[in-house]
Amino acid sequence: MKDDKISEVIRVGKAQVLVYELRVEAAMSTNVCSVSPDDTMEDVRKILKEHAISGLPVVAGDELKGIVSIEDLIESILEGKTADRVSQRMTREPVTICSDDLLVRAINDFGRYRYGRFPVINRQTKKLVGIITKGDIIRCLFKRLESNHYEDELRRYRAGHLFEDIRSDHSSLVLKYNLEGASFEKAGEGSSQLKKNLLRLGIHPDVARRITIASYEAEMNMVIFCKGGTLIATIEPRCVTVNAVDQGPGIPDIARAMEPGYSTAPDWVRELGFGAGMGLPNIKNCSDEMHLDSTVGKGTNLQFKVYTKK
Amino acid sequence: MKLREIVNQLQLAVKTGADLLDRDVNGGYAGDLLSDVLAHARVGNLWITLHTHPNIVAVASSKDLAGIIVVNGRTPDEETLRKAAEEQIPILISSGSTYSVVCKLGELGIT
Repeated sequence: MKDDKISEVIRVGKAQVLVYELRVEAAMSTNVCSVSPDDTMEDVRKILKEHAISGLPVVAGDELKGIVSIEDLIESILEGKTADRVSQRMTREPVTICSDDLLVRAINDFGRYRYGRFPVINRQTKKLVGIITKGDIIRCLFKRLESNHYEDELRRYRAGHLFEDIRSDHSSLVLKYNLEGASFEKAGEGSSQLKKNLLRLGIHPDVARRITIASYEAEMNMVIFCKGGTLIATIEPRCVTVNAVDQGPGIPDIARAMEPGYSTAPDWVRELGFGAGMGLPNIKNCSDEMHLDSTVGKGTNLQFKVYTKK
Repeated sequence: MKLREIVNQLQLAVKTGADLLDRDVNGGYAGDLLSDVLAHARVGNLWITLHTHPNIVAVASSKDLAGIIVVNGRTPDEETLRKAAEEQIPILISSGSTYSVVCKLGELGIT
């Protein structure tokens, strides 16, 4: 019971954070029923009944003219004047909220004005874009809390503790990505998956980014020049080593290949924005150590290391 | 500045990442050589390019860029949009040229 209470407190805390993050547009209904100022209160009665709602914005063209509620309708019925035009009965210049206002603003306004709904307008164009009720806000928060809960579960599943949990004199984790025959469009998937795994293993985002950029360049090289290859990442507690291995044509002059701006890429590759002669220099800049072994006709092994803990 | 404000001011079409417009943009980078962007764009930058192929998503996601503006009203490939949605990279389209987009961003104080 006590635990239940505590988790309830945590939940409320999360909802409070959410209302400072979410905007009105995330919660509002965009499917808005409205009436024209020239419609009658009898028309209002029909629409309210049909849609089971308690108020309607009054709109002429795109412009918001007012708001008419079930209370206005009841009054007109009591006075026997349901043939009155909406324009005679509506509240003019209603309180509005902008679609990019934070949800907390809407909640405060509901407390302050005690209205059941607020028309939502676009801040720039001032046109009606939706309507928001307390029910809309509650529904939106429930939905977000549910998905946040799911993300929490995922985070709990992180593998950051892996190396602490596995006892040995030396542990390493090897991730292999086969890029054999990889197409140009598919290139980048290996390094993108590698990045997600590095983050899951608790490696600092800045370090993971350097490894990803170097891997991406290596991957592109293998796709452009070799019709694919293999990307092998060896993750150790203090260091990540990546080997990009291919059986491609090999590099005749490694020193030249390392020069920024030197490229042997074909024209079609250059048109796509590759082949600027920056790939190998980029890899060198992103890594702490880099070794390039290549034999013409046999293939290339590019190895780079990034230290994850100084 | 938030991505949302840039989208409004430059009247960009939001192709992916409509739910990511609260991202902060800390600067911009314009370039069509992918390795150059990988080397010189900074984390959180908005990238202006004319490329539409899926590799732009890989570059933006490797570098943790805030988003991509594709210029000259070019339409990204289906695969690019699919990947961008998956990798949570906002793709925004401008009908203007790289030069005009950069000028407008400069006027907004984005350097």
